[in-house]
Parts: sequence; C-alpha cells; structure tokens
Amino acid sequence: MSRIEKTFAQLREKEEGALIIYIPVGYPNLDISESLIRAIAESGADIIELGVPYADPLADGPTIQEACLQAVNNGTNLDICLETVSKLRASGIDTPIVFMGYCNSFLAYGLERLAAQAVEAGVDGFIIPDLPSTMAQPWVQKFEPHGLDLIFFLAPTTSEERAAAVVKQGSGFLYCISVAGVTGVRQSLPNELPGFIHQIRQQSTLPLAVGFGISNAQHVKEVSSYADGAIVGSALIQVIKQASSETVEQDVRAFVHQLKSATRRVAVERV
Amino acid sequence: MNGFFGQFGGAFVAETLIRNLEELEHEYERVKDDVNFRNEVAAILKHFVGRPTPLTPLHRIPSKLGGAKLYLKREDLTHTGAHKINNALAQALLAKKIGKQRIVAETGAGQHGVAVATVCSLLGIECVVYMGAVDAARQAPNVQRMKLLGADLRLVHAGQQTLKDAIGEAIRDWITNVHDTHYLLGSAVGPHPFPKIVADFQSIIGQEAREQIFEAEGRLPDYVVACVGGGSNAIGIFNGFLDDPEVKLIGVQAAGEGIESNKHAAPLVKGSLGIVQGSFTYMLQDAYGQILETHSIAPGLDYPGVGPQHSFLKDSGRVEYTSINDREALKAFEYLCRTEGILPALESSHAVAYALKLAPTLSEEMIVLVNLSGRGDKDMNQAIEGLERLAQLELEGVTV
Ligand SMILES: Cc1ncc(COP(=O)(O)O)c(C=O)c1O
Repeated sequence: MSRIEKTFAQLREKEEGALIIYIPVGYPNLDISESLIRAIAESGADIIELGVPYADPLADGPTIQEACLQAVNNGTNLDICLETVSKLRASGIDTPIVFMGYCNSFLAYGLERLAAQAVEAGVDGFIIPDLPSTMAQPWVQKFEPHGLDLIFFLAPTTSEERAAAVVKQGSGFLYCISVAGVTGVRQSLPNELPGFIHQIRQQSTLPLAVGFGISNAQHVKEVSSYADGAIVGSALIQVIKQASSETVEQDVRAFVHQLKSATRRVAVERV
Repeated sequence: MNGFFGQFGGAFVAETLIRNLEELEHEYERVKDDVNFRNEVAAILKHFVGRPTPLTPLHRIPSKLGGAKLYLKREDLTHTGAHKINNALAQALLAKKIGKQRIVAETGAGQHGVAVATVCSLLGIECVVYMGAVDAARQAPNVQRMKLLGADLRLVHAGQQTLKDAIGEAIRDWITNVHDTHYLLGSAVGPHPFPKIVADFQSIIGQEAREQIFEAEGRLPDYVVACVGGGSNAIGIFNGFLDDPEVKLIGVQAAGEGIESNKHAAPLVKGSLGIVQGSFTYMLQDAYGQILETHSIAPGLDYPGVGPQHSFLKDSGRVEYTSINDREALKAFEYLCRTEGILPALESSHAVAYALKLAPTLSEEMIVLVNLSGRGDKDMNQAIEGLERLAQLELEGVTV
C-alpha cells in the first residue's frame, strides 16, 4: 500500500477527510520555503502537494501564476524541489508529498532520472495538470515501476465514457476539478459538485479529492461531507502574500489548522 | 490516439478542455468533406476575402540581382491583409456549427485578431481577443481596427507580454468558458486537432499557387519559401507541393538580433524537444524546461514553439528550416517597397529576404515562389524606426 493510500485508509477509519495543501517550492522565497512546508505538515495537512514552479502554468489563475513566477525568479528548479523533499524527510516529516507541476519541467529533466530521484528523495507521486490520461501511457510506464502514484484529473466536462478510462489509469487518488476553470479563490462551491462526486463514486474505488476554488474552512467542511479530500492552494498563497515576514509561519499554521479542523465528516446542509 | 505527426503533436492540456477538443475534432471530421460547408466557405472566400489571390511575377528585382525568377503568392491582397483570414473564416463557421456563440482568440501581429474580429462581425458572433501589451504597442493600427470591428480586446501583461502569453490567456479563458466558447487558434500550433485543422484551412494557398504557377510557367517551382512563426502560412503553401520531391521547401524563422545571439525566435534552428502550449515539438527552453524569451522585430514570428508538423518535416528532411535576422528582414521590407511597389509584412519580409539571397545563386531558368503572407501597413512605424536606426549605424561606420 502506498503512503498516500495508507493515509486515506487511516482517515477513513477516523471519519475524516484529507486536507491537501498546495504550495510551490521557493515561495515566497527559498530561505523560508522549507520551514513553511514543515509548518504546513505539522499543522495538520494530510498530504502536501508541492508545486514545481513553472513560469507558464496554463491551468492556473493569477494567484498561483504569480507565486510560481516569483518562485522561478527566486531560482527554484526541479533539483531544488527534490532537495527540499530530501531535507523534509531527513527532518522526520512523514506526510505524503506529491509533486504538482507541468509536463515540460519533468520531460526536460528526463522521466527515468526523475522517477529514480523522486523515490530516493521521498516523493510519493505526481500531479500533472497538462497530462491528460490519454497522453500518459509513457509516463505511467516510467513512474509505476518505482511505486510512484500518478494522479489524474476528472473535470465536470469529462464524459462518463472517458471517466471510466481515466479511473482505471489513476492511482493514489483522483483529482476532481470542482468547476470548469483555472485555479483560484472562489466565493462558493458549485451546486453541481456533490452530484459530480457521487457520479464518479459509482465508477471508482479510488479516494476522491476535490480542488479548484476551495478557499476556507466552510468549503472544506462541505467538501469533506461527500468527498475524501479537499485541496487548498490559492487561498493559502493569499495568506502568505498578506503576512509580514515575522508572522508568516504563524499565520500559515493558524490557517492550515483551521482548515484541518473542518475535515471531520459531518452531514452539511447546503444553504 | 491520433493527433501525432510521427512523435510530434498530441494534446497536452487540462482535462477540462478535452471534451471541447474532441467535439472540435469530431465536428471537423464530419463537415470537412460536406459539400454545403465547403461551398459556404468557398463562397465567402471568393466574395468577401477576395480569393483567389494573385501570383505576381517580379520583374525589376531579377533584372537587378540576376538569377532565378521570383513569384510572390499575394496573401497580402486578401481582405484584412494576411493569410490569417482563411483559417479564421473557416474555423468561425465550424464553431457556429458546433453551436458556440462566443469566440476567443490570441493575436501577435494583430493580423489574426483583425481577421477573427472581421469574421465575427460578418457572422454575428461575440469576439474576445487577447494580445500581449508589448505587441499592442508595436502594432497600434491593428489594435484600433480590432476595436472598430467590435472585438473585446484584452491586453495581457503576463510574462513577456507577447504572442505566447496571449495564447496562454486565451486558453485560460477557454477553460473557464468551455460551454459556450470556441477558441479560434490562429496558427498551426497547440493541441490536436488545431495543427491539422489550421493546416487544412490554409492549404487553399498551396492549391491555388500550384495551379497558378502551372498556368504561368507550365511547371512546378524549384523552391517554395515561407516564413514560419507558428507555421500556418508555411504549411498552407507547402501542402500544395509536399508530394513533389523535386520542389525544395524552405521555412524561414526569425533570427532576431542574430541566430547566435540567444535573442531570436528560431526553435527549428536552435531549439530542442519539449511540450509547449499543448504540443510536443521543437521549442526554446532552458535546462529545466522553462520557456525562453524570444526576440523578433516581427511580432507574428516572436514565438518560442512551432507547429508539430514542421518539427516532423524538419526531422524527415522534407523541409529545410533556416533563419533571417531583424536587419535582413528590414532591408528586404524596404527593398520590396522601393523596387516592386509592394509593402510586405515584417513577418513575410523574412521569406522575401531569404529569397533575395537565394535567387542570385540560381540559374535564370529556375523558379522561386515566395509566400507573401501579409501586408506591412501595420508595421510602418516599427519598420521606419528600424530602418532609421540601421541608417544611423551605417553613418557611424558600424557594418550592418
Ligand atoms: C503576415 C503574417 N505572416 C506570418 C505570420 C506568422 O504566423 P504563421 O507562421 O502561422 O503563418 C503572421 C502572424 O501573425 C502574420 O501576421
């Protein structure tokens, strides 16, 4: 059982949803990036989605675009991302870590070399928003033998037929995109979301995590009532952006803690 | 999965877009041989766009320079002034068939944006055009035209603020508005099926040119030369001759400040393999796969990737890709104006510049056909400034 699968199994026992936190490596700068990631793990994130910053992230809205560009300009690259994971593991962080990045970062590095080094560093899997499952065969062949999970997306626009094929290829969990669009903070969750999750549930036994637009504890609470995980990215970046350098770690801890306390599985009345 | 030219191409895009891409491919396959659709496109191309465009033999340049005969395929004489309208029109009609009421497009030089704004006005479709702020500043006349035509023009301040960034923003808009919106991509780039669809819609250039050169000369040309940004005008004219191995095909990319300077836009000459904006192709990237900045005086060529079919044609050896720098393009721009009374786009000036180098090395019976992809009205300020800079440098004794 992979570290990711184990995490979901344990949370299910506890009747909790997974809190999955996205943050790009090197954001807001390389000096504090590692300690912020550690703070996120220590404050209750169940899985960490570490962004491998790409300067042209086509599936991301302005908040993550800006954060990634800043991280790239700080000199962050895939070697540094791998190193960061090694250091986190060496310091005792056992939280599952997946790399979230764009195809070309990984392709340029060489998939074979990447897979080997990722495992050695302690990476558990990959989320690649511009790699649809239909293009992924060569990637699966390189990653699977190393025990790396390749996490695929399902969108509200994914047809039922296609979903059936996607769920067969994925491992770890399925990333369910809440709404047609790019990443970014949103006021409310779409009304169709529970139905969308319910429909995928009929097709797969993999854990289902929801991302895009999940912005606060209320959203996390709602998503946790019907899905297995809630993914938060842009909202945390905004917290970091607004914090002063003295308080940033504290603010991040408080925000993640607050989100985590909303993952207990309770029935939520939609208003 | 089809959608590859050899190893090149594919559709590396967000899952959210897959349905639209599949729908586009499906609908395209359904209508492309449909007589009604083809007649509709052909009628508008004839009565509105002004096709067929002429094939112009040049007289003064060959008599001055010697060497091969030169012919220009005059895409500059289409309504809106560039080949872009061929694709914009046909794709907009296709979008209408799919039931989309809103079109988004990117533009670099502004020629594609003007073409899209024009056909949207003609067909009564809502139109949003994304343009890099840097490009908007250097192509001001086209900015005004798009606005006059009723397009919602949105300036992009991200990244290098040029064509790549405009495509990026158009794609994000499309992801957000998948249900009612068609993305009318303007070159033979991006995810499948765009490279194929755009190439098909531009193939009218090669079909006409082939007939016209036969009519004029009773034979095929020896060389066909076209500039390559994303590669749509080039693939359009090449498609008329791909199966004639005796015709040499030359794609000209932008060498910017010099092909060895790192300030160019020539992925087919200096690039490496990677995935850029949905497609596996030659591109300009650093060791970590970040897309590199590009440089060209011609906004329509200022792009770090290239259509996957060109990557395939490069590796198969069927097409030779070379480059022309800013200075050579400016000189060709001026020379064609002075000597033949034709004002070429700065993009097309790259193809002209190459032909001006090539022709004198060939014998008089040989024929060089150049795709004059667009007209240069949009480039007046840029070109005049550039030429003044060159003149100043020459005065100062710098060899240019
Ligand atoms: C006149 C003209 N020629 C050429 C190009 C380059 O595009 P492509 O390589 O797709 O023909 C452009 C693009 O804007 C253009 O306006």
